[in-house]
Amino acid sequence: MMGVESVPRYWRERRYRYRLIGSECKKCRKRYYPPRKVCLNCGSRELVEVKLAETGKVISYTVIRVLPREFQGLEPYVIALIELDDGTRLLSQLTDVDPEEVSTGIRVVATFRRIKEQSKDGIIEYGIKFKPI
Amino acid sequence: MKVLKTAADVGIVGYGAYIPRYRIKDAEIARVWGRTRVPIKEKAVAGPDEDTVTMSVEASKYALKRAMIDPKEIGAVFIGTESPSYAVKPSATIIAEAIGDSEKILAVDMEFACRAGNTAMQNVIGLVASGMINYGLAIGADVAQGRPGDELEFTAASGAAAFIIGKGKRSLAIFEGSSSYATDTPDFWRREGEYYPRHFYRFTGAPAYFKHIIEAGKMLMNELGLKPSDFNYVVFHQPNIKFPLRACKMLGFSAEQIKPGLLVDLIGNTYAGSSLIGLAATLDIAKPGERILVISFGSGAGSDAFSIVVTELIEEKRRRAPLVSELINRKKYIDYAFYAKFRGKIRTR
Amino acid sequence: MRKVFVIGTGLTKIGEHWDRSLRDLITEAILAAVDDAAVEVKNIEAIYIGNMSSGYLQGQEHLGSLVATWLGIPGVAACKIEAACASGGAAFHQAYLAVASGQYDCVIASGVEKMTDAVTSDVTSALIMADDQEYVAYTGATFVGLNALVYRHYMEKYGVKQEKIAAFSVHCHKYAKYNPYAQFRREVTLEEVLRSPMIADPIHLLEAAPIGDGAAAVMLCSEDFLNKLKLEKKVEVIASTLATDAFSLYDREDITTLRATRIAAEKAYRMAKVSPKDIDVLEVHDAFSILGVIHLEDLGFAKKGEGWKLVEEGELEVDGSIPTNLFGGLKARGHPVGATGIYQIVEVAWQLQGKASKCQVDNAELGLAQSVGGVGGTVVINILKRVR
Repeated sequence: MMGVESVPRYWRERRYRYRLIGSECKKCRKRYYPPRKVCLNCGSRELVEVKLAETGKVISYTVIRVLPREFQGLEPYVIALIELDDGTRLLSQLTDVDPEEVSTGIRVVATFRRIKEQSKDGIIEYGIKFKPI
Repeated sequence: MKVLKTAADVGIVGYGAYIPRYRIKDAEIARVWGRTRVPIKEKAVAGPDEDTVTMSVEASKYALKRAMIDPKEIGAVFIGTESPSYAVKPSATIIAEAIGDSEKILAVDMEFACRAGNTAMQNVIGLVASGMINYGLAIGADVAQGRPGDELEFTAASGAAAFIIGKGKRSLAIFEGSSSYATDTPDFWRREGEYYPRHFYRFTGAPAYFKHIIEAGKMLMNELGLKPSDFNYVVFHQPNIKFPLRACKMLGFSAEQIKPGLLVDLIGNTYAGSSLIGLAATLDIAKPGERILVISFGSGAGSDAFSIVVTELIEEKRRRAPLVSELINRKKYIDYAFYAKFRGKIRTR
Repeated sequence: MRKVFVIGTGLTKIGEHWDRSLRDLITEAILAAVDDAAVEVKNIEAIYIGNMSSGYLQGQEHLGSLVATWLGIPGVAACKIEAACASGGAAFHQAYLAVASGQYDCVIASGVEKMTDAVTSDVTSALIMADDQEYVAYTGATFVGLNALVYRHYMEKYGVKQEKIAAFSVHCHKYAKYNPYAQFRREVTLEEVLRSPMIADPIHLLEAAPIGDGAAAVMLCSEDFLNKLKLEKKVEVIASTLATDAFSLYDREDITTLRATRIAAEKAYRMAKVSPKDIDVLEVHDAFSILGVIHLEDLGFAKKGEGWKLVEEGELEVDGSIPTNLFGGLKARGHPVGATGIYQIVEVAWQLQGKASKCQVDNAELGLAQSVGGVGGTVVINILKRVR
């Protein structure tokens, strides 16, 4: 998370980041992550928070080798576009897997991991990554 | 206090363990530091995106799967560790939020070296037994840091175990009783600002590990009127292979009884996770009616002994989450360079 | 809406300008445009400055007032326009509207980016600000990584081998050697491209636009202004459109197409009353080789999944059916993020004025410049016409 170090910016998202809470449109049932206020599909403003599926499959992936400052030292890691079993699409990092073991279509499950530190003496940020099932 | 017995049945409603994927062979550590003898075969190493909190969350989620309760029913979260993510800021609150518990909870971080998870368990048993809460979560977890080149580096490992404790009727195992024994015995410690702990080598044996484990074990068996042959299994805190095997003999137990819960050779000493992961592994194979003795040891020093009897619910519940053996078999070997990198032993600033 | 004309262009070479600051670069480019138009600074009534990261990399905001002051004309209308990597195109779009609306007669559309003030990891952090900070940047994704997701999906969906797409970079370098303002002026071979290190699999270093500093500016004016100062009409802006798409890849149905390109292009073709086959010269936003290929498809020059054929069949060459990126494109000419959209306009304007020397397309009448922000979150299409 770039910009200046901020505790509130991280804190207000934690529920969504720790537990894959997204939103579902009451009208057309489409699901989103992150949660939002207006449905992209039908324009409705009636969206409710919903716990999303924790398993899904990889639609596309890449291996990040040149990193932004806040992730340095963790390379290489895999970033994937994932489609959860309830249809929600999201972007996430894959963990507990070597880049060579990843291919399009593999099934993955959400896992709670340490994402990064804001700085050596700043807060630790946690969130969800995905690992192969 | 000789034995803690609860008025009504309190037991384990769900349990879960977590062992990270990475392993380093002791032979590899020995290669770097020019040693020939090693205490165990290999140990588990937390990955760069893992820590005590993340491992605790995974173990707790497995425990919830077995408990089959809504996380919001958990009234207290106690985590015992000597390697919390922050020096000051509770891990218990992060874990509670990550598993979906409500805010109306008692969240506590505790420290007592390698028995911290067991002391957490003692506390939660009390809260449930008194009726103050319906369910409580007790976790023992550590990312143990071994001083490079020191003998403890060969065993200091990472792992977590979580136990959801509640009233007897939903339990897969019941607590018959427990006892605790503690003295001021500084066998292993870490001062403020120091990165690695220190220990006093052979002093950690007789006056520390053995003294407290034997006293706690004997005390509990005496008070409950039980002999080693009344137990099917015994699980000890496992800093290496020799100590638990000797304690086993000293207390009059057999090699068969200790086998299912003796994992240190393959995963190392997971500190606050050690005896509890051993307990989880034993629950993975125990049959209804069987009795387990678990004795922890935490440096500084103290031991808790628990007598646990397995119920009919064990068969159906244990299948709902990964077995410890599956977690042990999920492994990827790393060399000392990656181990040092993952565990932050290489200075980059 | 009134007619709008381009009457002057100015630009700096793109590269690592250690001794020149952001304000040095933008001032140089704008003054050059003023001189090229043969008018005076005091004729300028409004200035639009495209820039993405001055706040993050230089700690400098409020570029409008800064630039107006540095040009010696505080008092005029001026502001920064930001649309990630489409900032330059968006600044041009604003400048176009300013004149077309009738309120201003002579304006500057410019862009500047000073990327080498920061180390690469900080520039990498700056670039991912083009996507969702909280749920994309947060995962550790980089801007290159997002384009890599598109690249892999494209190859798997259409069964296209990487060499076919990487060839786009080779094409860009071939022409950049004639461009004295380009950051890289040597040719590269396909082998070199595919052997260069991976930045985010499958994107190789030589398939990605470089980091560099630069500024460019064009002067736009009304017909009244031209007539009053007795200036020659050379290039007219006959369409300028801007469209957005779903911000992040996970909100898109098909990540191998940029909906914003299709929306903006369709509107632009309609405004200009032309179709793709009428375009004589093209500048596409090839931040990565895969984007170059996808843009050709979304702009209507090839069917989906076949954009790479235009490269292979030589159609993008100076004598091909759709001469493209003849000054090196983002890959070789360079991509000082906020300035790129303006560099493209300058290049199209030169083609239409016969100033492209070795890369001159015969009888270039119509040119199209496409500026893209993020992975197509914003697309600006500008169509220019030669005035006879």
